[in-house]
Amino acid sequence: MARRLGLHQEVLQVNVWRGNASGGKHCHYEVPSLESQTILDVVTWIQRNLDPKLSYRFACRVGMCGTCAMMVNGKPRWTCRTHVRKVLDNNTLTIEPLRNLPVIKDLACDMSEFFDKWDRAQGRFHPSKTRSDDVVRIPPTSVHRTQVDAAIECINCAICYAACDVVQWNPDYLGPAALNRAWTLVNDVRDNNQTVRLRAVSSDAGCHNCHSHQSCTTYCPNEINPTASIAGLKRATAKATLSGKI
Amino acid sequence: MLKPHRHHPLWFAFIVHRLSGVCLALFLPAHFYVLGLALNNGESLDRFLHWTEHPLLRWVEFGLVFCLAVHMFGGVRLLALEFMPWSPKQKTFAALAAALSLLVACLFLLRAT
Ligand code: SF4
Ligand code: SF4
Ligand code: FES
Repeated sequence: MARRLGLHQEVLQVNVWRGNASGGKHCHYEVPSLESQTILDVVTWIQRNLDPKLSYRFACRVGMCGTCAMMVNGKPRWTCRTHVRKVLDNNTLTIEPLRNLPVIKDLACDMSEFFDKWDRAQGRFHPSKTRSDDVVRIPPTSVHRTQVDAAIECINCAICYAACDVVQWNPDYLGPAALNRAWTLVNDVRDNNQTVRLRAVSSDAGCHNCHSHQSCTTYCPNEINPTASIAGLKRATAKATLSGKI
Repeated sequence: MLKPHRHHPLWFAFIVHRLSGVCLALFLPAHFYVLGLALNNGESLDRFLHWTEHPLLRWVEFGLVFCLAVHMFGGVRLLALEFMPWSPKQKTFAALAAALSLLVACLFLLRAT
C-alpha cells in the first residue's frame, strides 16, 4: 500500500471500522496526507483508491446536510468540516460509525430511531392559523424568538445524540436534538399543540432524564446548546405542572 | 469509563457530583448509627470517638467534607443552570465549586489537626 503513495509523501495511519449490525472490526489503511484535508476526504480517498466497498454517507460536503457524522478518534464529528490536522492523534485516525445508533454497514448508521424521536417529542409544527389568515408578525427581538436564535439552526446530524451518555443508558431517552427541536416549537407563538408537546417532553423518556453534562453542547458542530434548550423545557414543564396545565 | 467523548470539564463535574453523592449515601447510615449510639449506648460512643482521633481518620474526614461541599456547590450550580436564565460560564462555575470545596475541606483539616 505504502508503495503507491510515493517515496516522500507523508502518510496517515487510518483505522476504519468495517462491519454491519452483527459485528465488525477495524481495518487499517495508509492514506497520503494532504494540505487542508478533511476526515471525509480521507474516507473518500480510501473508498476510491483502496476499497470501493467501503460504505459511508455524505451529501453536501459543506456542513449543511448533517449526513456525514462519524466518530473520529472517539469523538463525534461532522467529517466534511473536520480538518485532519485538528484531530490527528499520533499521526493516527480511528474512524467509526456514530455511537448510539444501529449500524447498517461500515460507517453508515440507521437514523430512523433518531428521527422517530423527533416525532415522539412532538417536533412537528401545528399551525394555529390557515393560509387565509394574516401572517403572524414576530419581532426578531421578542423573548421567545431570541431564546431559539441558535436552536433553530440544527442540521439533524445526530452528533449530540452520539455524544449523550443518557441515550446510551436509557435507549428510550428522546435525546438532545429532538428536545432542542421541541424547545424551538415551545417558543413558537404560532403553534397550537403546546400542551401535548409539554406532556410528551416531560414523559419518562423526556427532558427530566438529562443530567446536564453538556456533552451534546460540547460537540454540536453548529454551536447549538441543547442543554440550555432542555433546561428551558424543564422550566416550562415544571411551570405547566404547577399550574395544572399538564 | 473515560471514553474520549467524555474528556471535557463538565463531564468531570457530572461524575464528581455523582461519585460524591454515592460516598455521602454510603456515609449517612454510618453517621446515623453513631448518632443513635449517643442516645442509647454512651460507652460505645466514647470508644468510637476515641477511635476517630486516629490521624488517618482526619484524612477520611477531609474527604467526606470535600464530598459534602462539592456535592452542595455542584448541586447549586445545577439548580441555577436549570432554573435561572442560561449562563455560558458553566465551566467557570464548576471550577469555582471545586475550588471552594477544596478550600472548605482544607480549612476543616487545618482546624482538626
Ligand atoms: S446535557 Fe443532557 S442531552 Fe446533553 S449530553 Fe448530557 S444528558 Fe445528554
Ligand atoms: S443540535 Fe447540533 S449536534 Fe445535535 S443534531 Fe442539531 S446540529 Fe447536530
Ligand atoms: S456532508 Fe453535509 S454536513 Fe457534512
